[in-house]
Amino acid sequence: MYGGGNTFEGVKTESVALEDPIKLSEFEARIERGEKIEPKDWMPQLYRKQLIRMIEQHAHSEIIGALPEGTWITRAPGFKRKMALMAKVQDEVGHAQLLYSAAETLGKPREKMIEDLINGKSKYSNIFNYPTFTWADCCFISWLVDAGAIVNQLANAKGSYGPYCRALDRICAEESFHLKYGHHCVIYLATGTAKQRQMFQEALNRWWPPMMHFFGPSDKISTHTEVLMKWKVKMGTNDDMRNQFLDMYVPKIWELGFTIPDPLLQKNSNTGKWEYTEPDWEEFKRVINGGGPCNKERLEVRRIAEERGKWVRDAMKSSKAAYVTPLA
Amino acid sequence: MKSLDPRVERLPDIGEPGIIKPKAPLDQFGTYEVFVMPKEGKPFQHEGIVHAPNLELAFILAKEAFTRRFTCVSLYVTDTRNVYVSPLTEGSANVYDLIPQVTESNKGKEQFEIYHLTKRGKQHVHVKAVEAGSPQEAMYVAKQQLNSGKPIFNIWAIRTSDIRFTSAEENDLWVTLPDKKFRDAAEYKGGDKLKEFLEARVK
Repeated sequence: MYGGGNTFEGVKTESVALEDPIKLSEFEARIERGEKIEPKDWMPQLYRKQLIRMIEQHAHSEIIGALPEGTWITRAPGFKRKMALMAKVQDEVGHAQLLYSAAETLGKPREKMIEDLINGKSKYSNIFNYPTFTWADCCFISWLVDAGAIVNQLANAKGSYGPYCRALDRICAEESFHLKYGHHCVIYLATGTAKQRQMFQEALNRWWPPMMHFFGPSDKISTHTEVLMKWKVKMGTNDDMRNQFLDMYVPKIWELGFTIPDPLLQKNSNTGKWEYTEPDWEEFKRVINGGGPCNKERLEVRRIAEERGKWVRDAMKSSKAAYVTPLA
Repeated sequence: MKSLDPRVERLPDIGEPGIIKPKAPLDQFGTYEVFVMPKEGKPFQHEGIVHAPNLELAFILAKEAFTRRFTCVSLYVTDTRNVYVSPLTEGSANVYDLIPQVTESNKGKEQFEIYHLTKRGKQHVHVKAVEAGSPQEAMYVAKQQLNSGKPIFNIWAIRTSDIRFTSAEENDLWVTLPDKKFRDAAEYKGGDKLKEFLEARVK
């Protein structure tokens, strides 16, 4: 689960001018031809740096994203839902493993990434800084946050970096279960009792603003990232991704008879684009910078898990094993 | 810590909030490459990596990370340091053209598994085992036996004895996969319930 929007803020592109022009043009020609870049290939510093940042944030989002859902495993309604939610949370953590591996091929060791997450140096998807008050909040994440992540991930899977694309192919295949499961949960709430319907409507009201933030700041205020688009690091603008999500899921939410808490939300039949109330980007910034309701809790849970696991790692430590950069 | 989740509230106070100390290099696990046979009769292909303290645990973690669903017949792992890697080529350049001749060693020969990358962006796929005295020689033997002239972009060679294979007794590791329907998207059909709901609303 991942919203890619905040990844590319403040990108400095000056370093590109210092790259070897011949190597750079060969690199760009390869991407132009649709060939993938592999770890051992020459690549511009900026490409490496931005990919590490993006894939690392994606991996952190999977780990942190498992927390607001994981908290509902013991309280999920019934054995079947518990089994499914457990499998889903296990998948999310597994996705983090695949993504950390892909980022490692670019030269940043996994332990360094985990340190940067806990020390607050690297970010993760902003939406997981909000709490899941009820089972319906958990269902909202399973269905719609995952749906948003799939929009991003399917686009990114067509990117230029081989190891990331291969990880995403595996991830997308598993996400189809998450999406179907999440929709199933919401259909059951929607067709259930008045109380169940109300529960989901309330969750929708709470989660809609962060869901709109999920794809990142509007193109109007977001830094231009043409070079990252050209290098197929970023595969679509934030607004394109948001629009694609609205196009696919607003009708499905309306079909279930729920109200989306935005009176201006409608599809413009001339442009084919969705119109909506401009999300509160100040709130988005405030939460990204640590001011959200759960930022502190999420990182603390992660840090304490790391500390508590230390004796296990110590017990298994072997001087024969050595960390090396993965091959592909 | 104040939380909606009582289990989070019960977490012990250890260390300092917001601070994690860097791990010593020895405190880090090793890197292992994972190969999976997706179907009976299909070749093994590279799937990714796991970090583990040893080869045995790497095998177990690989099973959890890569074979939770879909079919899998067999799995193996090897220490990344045991994979010998050729240069990487592109376009129509065949990497076998870059493999130098090696004088045949007359000392003890060992078996090496050879993997090809036939399309950039795809996985390395197992081709064949060859006998050779060194990894360099294994690549040269592969050049003689496996080079069809069609471009291969990258070759890996791994000593067969460095691989942790699935043993015959472990073949049943995946027999319960089809039973785990709760992991399967097809198990979550809400269509009928939705249709009934929509029809009732129209009335």
